[in-house]
Amino acid sequence: MASDVVLLGERSEIKPRPRKESRGIGLGRFALVTITFFTFAFLYVPIAVLIAFSFNSARTGATWQSFSLQWYERVFSNTRILEAAANSLIVAALATVGSVVIGTLMAIAMERYQFRAKLAWDALLYLPVIIPEIVMGISLLIFFAAINLSRGIVTLVISHIAFCMPFVYLTMRARLADFDRSLEEAAQDLGADEWTTFRRITLPLLMPGIISSALLAFTLSLDDFVISFFVTGVGSQTLPVYIWGQIRRGITPEINAISTLMLLLSIVLVVVAQLIQRRQRA
Amino acid sequence: MPEAGALSEFAVELRDVSKVFGDIVAVDHVSMGIRHNEFFALLGPSGCGKTTSLRIIAGFERPTSGEVYIDNKPMGNTPPFQRNVNTVFQSYALFPHMTVEQNISFGLEMKGVSKAEIARRVGEVLELVRLPHMAKRYPRQMSGGQQQRVALARALVNRPKVLLLDEPLGALDAKLRKEMQIELKTLQREVGITFIFVTHDQEEALSMSDRIAVFSKGKVLQIGTPLEIYERPTSRFVADFIGETNFLTGRVTQVDGEFAQITTNGGATFRGRAMPGVRAGIEATLSVRPEKVQLVEQPDDSVNCYEVVVRSIAYVGSDTRVVVMLGENRIDVWEQNTISTLDPNYFFKPGERAWLTFKPENALVLAE
Repeated sequence: MASDVVLLGERSEIKPRPRKESRGIGLGRFALVTITFFTFAFLYVPIAVLIAFSFNSARTGATWQSFSLQWYERVFSNTRILEAAANSLIVAALATVGSVVIGTLMAIAMERYQFRAKLAWDALLYLPVIIPEIVMGISLLIFFAAINLSRGIVTLVISHIAFCMPFVYLTMRARLADFDRSLEEAAQDLGADEWTTFRRITLPLLMPGIISSALLAFTLSLDDFVISFFVTGVGSQTLPVYIWGQIRRGITPEINAISTLMLLLSIVLVVVAQLIQRRQRA
Repeated sequence: MPEAGALSEFAVELRDVSKVFGDIVAVDHVSMGIRHNEFFALLGPSGCGKTTSLRIIAGFERPTSGEVYIDNKPMGNTPPFQRNVNTVFQSYALFPHMTVEQNISFGLEMKGVSKAEIARRVGEVLELVRLPHMAKRYPRQMSGGQQQRVALARALVNRPKVLLLDEPLGALDAKLRKEMQIELKTLQREVGITFIFVTHDQEEALSMSDRIAVFSKGKVLQIGTPLEIYERPTSRFVADFIGETNFLTGRVTQVDGEFAQITTNGGATFRGRAMPGVRAGIEATLSVRPEKVQLVEQPDDSVNCYEVVVRSIAYVGSDTRVVVMLGENRIDVWEQNTISTLDPNYFFKPGERAWLTFKPENALVLAE
């Protein structure tokens, strides 16, 4: 999860170094090529296999038969899968809105105002990032049981806001640290009250950060399994929880197809967010 | 207490204003009045309280004690957006997500000025700062000097009572800076708005301002015209900070009318103008500017004439800068090269003896 934060939160701007002419294939170069090959193989071969077999007409996953879209048809005609997907999207959307609003406002409060025990509050805000998911899941389960809240979409949304919020908070703190306060002073100097200044200056300038953190929250929520597993109820299963339930009865090409679709959605989200950010920059 | 809104000599007045941050006194009982249509400089080294004073006038900081009056109205807790002043920030603080046009319109929009009127005034002010073709640009597509002018336009378009400028030329290179100094001064005369200008550059302050307030360690040491500040500094700090000067410390032996006599620690006795606080018997400093000292080959019978040894000499074109030793004391002498010569013997040489002389009215005896 930690690597997600770096990838999505901060776009690295490393420029390629000028290449040196290399002569012959030395041992060093051979080792470099080999290591590079295996690194990428480890990263992408399993995913490539999964995608390939989602188009395989064979019933069992082990051998390739012929190209087919039948598993995708099955996915889109399976009401239980569609329900789970809808649940996932609803929960992710609500969790994104909730965590972005709360996380952003908290980041602004922590960046702008001085109050007692500020460091302690700061630590409490980002601590959930390092709390093991299973601990969080169990504690939320016990908490909901204690307050007699039956498990369903509501408990899922509350839990997802809880674990997404610290990531939003951290992303926004980093953005706010670079924020030039004199821009807000300039707006007030020109006659804008606090609210107008926030709406016309602060918010638009924080937008790239808000989009990054919203994307991060949405992705985290969409593929969360551990916490969702504990707080989900009958009829409110999210997609990962549904997939886990199916896998217990064996991996079907249908699962491959769902996974491929989820992967596609994630990639589209990242690309869209990058495009929005790039347009802001240009 | 003057009636609110009544006519006053001052556009802005600070009365006994202090600002304390934690245990740091940034502004220490500052009182000053800035007159209508005046070009007023707050001058001092960094951390002297000049920027904080400006921010107090703008309303970004609230004074710990004392009061700011704008147009004779006490400001109290009036927020910046309700004060009839505008600021040009050191960093320009142009809104990066808005075009030049949108930046300049912002203030008028906030005041609810009609669209047609906004378009007209934005056009006008862009002419004024000579950027009429730049309306659709974004700030990052412009040079530093152009951004500076946009910042100026964005403030001026609101026709404020007072324009506050926080080191507005600080980020420009030396050549552009000189150009903008002249431009800014011309602009101020054209628009007839009171300018309060923060700078640490004494030359800038001298060349542009009607009056200057010299700050040091949160206090205002002296307020006066550039001439007064340069020719009649009332303290050692001001004499030292503005321009170059020679200091000789000693004891005041006699005060008669406008003049005082000081015997330096080296035993020489000089006469100079007695500045406020100078009494016979006190420790004091003689201050004489290098361009006001002459070196001659033969002693004359004037009062401030002593034999010195030339230590070094530097020809800088318009002047020749000579360093001489009066006993243990180093004195800088700038002689203007009023005649054109190629003769090296025309100049003094290191090790040579000479006589320094200056008129009593060209030196000051400071009570410090």
